[in-house]
Amino acid sequence: MGSRASTLLREEEIEEIKKETGFSHSQITRLYSRFTSLDKGENGTLSREDFQRIPELAINPLGDRIINAFFPEGEDQVNFRGFMRTLAHFRPIEDNEKNKNASTNEPLNSRTNKLLFAFRLYDLDRDDKISRDELLQVLRMMVGVNISDEQLGSIADRTIQEADTNGDNSISFNEFIKVLEKVDVEQKMSIRFLH
Amino acid sequence: MEDVWSVAAGVFQVWMFVVLFLIMLPAMFGLSLGVTGVYIQILVKILEWATVRIQRGQQEQPSVPIPLPNGIIERAEGSMEEELEQLRSSRSLAGGEFALSDVFYFYKNGLESIVDDQVTQRFSSEELASWNLLTRTNQNFRYISLRLTVIWGLGVFIRYGVLFPLRLMLAIIGLTWLVLGTTLVGCLSESSVKNWLSELVHLTCYRICARGLSATITYHNKENRPQKGGICVANHTTPIDVVILANDGCYAMVGQVHGGLLGVIQRSMLRSCPHVWFERSEMRDRHAVTSRLRAHVAAKTKLPILIFPEGTCINNTSVMMFKKGSFEIGGTIYPVTIKYDPRFGDAFWNSSKFNMVSYLLRMMTSWAIVVNVWYLPPMTIQEGEDAAQFANRVKSAIAHQGGLLDLAWDGGLKRGKVKDSFKEEQQKMYSSIIVGHNRLGSEQGCGDVPEEQ
Repeated sequence: MGSRASTLLREEEIEEIKKETGFSHSQITRLYSRFTSLDKGENGTLSREDFQRIPELAINPLGDRIINAFFPEGEDQVNFRGFMRTLAHFRPIEDNEKNKNASTNEPLNSRTNKLLFAFRLYDLDRDDKISRDELLQVLRMMVGVNISDEQLGSIADRTIQEADTNGDNSISFNEFIKVLEKVDVEQKMSIRFLH
Repeated sequence: MEDVWSVAAGVFQVWMFVVLFLIMLPAMFGLSLGVTGVYIQILVKILEWATVRIQRGQQEQPSVPIPLPNGIIERAEGSMEEELEQLRSSRSLAGGEFALSDVFYFYKNGLESIVDDQVTQRFSSEELASWNLLTRTNQNFRYISLRLTVIWGLGVFIRYGVLFPLRLMLAIIGLTWLVLGTTLVGCLSESSVKNWLSELVHLTCYRICARGLSATITYHNKENRPQKGGICVANHTTPIDVVILANDGCYAMVGQVHGGLLGVIQRSMLRSCPHVWFERSEMRDRHAVTSRLRAHVAAKTKLPILIFPEGTCINNTSVMMFKKGSFEIGGTIYPVTIKYDPRFGDAFWNSSKFNMVSYLLRMMTSWAIVVNVWYLPPMTIQEGEDAAQFANRVKSAIAHQGGLLDLAWDGGLKRGKVKDSFKEEQQKMYSSIIVGHNRLGSEQGCGDVPEEQ
């Protein structure tokens, strides 16, 4: 008999994760099942290799960046809590959450937090600015060898020019939000769960 | 003391009588006593009752997980182009150029594949739509009602206490007979009588082994059965596939030489009819393998070769990439679809989780193996088609017949890494979108994962 995933996750833990991330009970148990099936070493944590084993993720040009988002500064293993915390950013925004007032703690999947997640994937050195180099890095990952350095450079310059409003030749988080204000972030950065 | 012995002897005699006359002899002649049919019908009724109880229980107890055999999430079906169009529709970009929001497409895809992907789930057992009263597929279901627990307990007793010893004995008898019979037949000189006897021996043994698993096999379209000099190609779920197919005809097996018990069986089988066993070192030389198989097929009097082009066991919900090597040999291909009914037992061999012995024990303690075999019309390679395209055509036909998902991913991903060329394809596709199609020149399909060997 294999290990029964749902019995290894205690009720208190499920409640805590529910409060922190907003996932429902059944979603948490299903995601725990997925977590354990990815955890080939069976030690309760995932390493980068465990993620790389997913073929569809391995062929994603930004796959490495996405995997990095799961691992906190300098660490090589992520536990289930951390896994859920990152996934929570992609939880769809429910109707009853849309009208939360600004004073309550923002849930992980609010529009602002989704944008912050995307921003952090560009801004590797966490200085709250996307510099030209950081933008070029992401662009290079997405296009591979198919576009020359000069062309890529001019694409990056153009993007920064359009977004940069305070003239510091980089994109701050507020400028980032402004550029994407018409994008349907709620839909494009959300995973639709069947249950 | 003597009474105990005489009682034991009596019980043993009755037991042997049951085995010999009610199971073995009918198996030898391909007859059925109908016992298995009745058993299956009773099982179906019980499982239906259990399903109803579980559904009722799920409404009362929210902590029982609801099985979702179709995946946890709903995935966006659009191609890269369509999705990026949608992302950019808010801005007036003229069909090219980069937008900061482009990355959302890749992030979302990446996160979706982390939550649920099409490939890794094929290498573990299929999730059932409802519990089938086996401990191994249990997810806290037995706590729903007392009656369910009682039936489950009864099931455990019957499966382990009654069915398992019977099946084990049959399997041992079957295999012993295979080794003995083929060795005896091997002593004869080459003649049509030898071939006929060899076929009889093989068929009998496989039928007994199938009884040893309580296998109920339904063959469809028998008129398309593989002929001599052809190549039989099927989807692969378990080593038992061989037993299932060999119940209805004789095939020349292809495979690696093993040591131990399996090696003994392989060597004795080789004495009575020409199977194709390769040494491990030979298997790496594709040219040698192909030429040996080609020689076998060219001799039109030899038995059809049985090949599983996926190269590894998949969990019977999909058909993965067919290796083109089998389709380069030439000759007529006879595709066969094998579909197991998962309610009665999980036939998939997860080789990373179970070794052969524990796998066979699990098989012998399931309810039964109910399987549908469809023989598809023979196919040959067409003009202007290369081996890879032919392989895909056959794969689609097999998947379509069995209601299985047709995947282009390589079954070898079970153990190996995906090729970098796929990532490069994605990058190329994206580059052509942001720079404009006319700049890069070559054409790309939309969202297809190309096949590679």
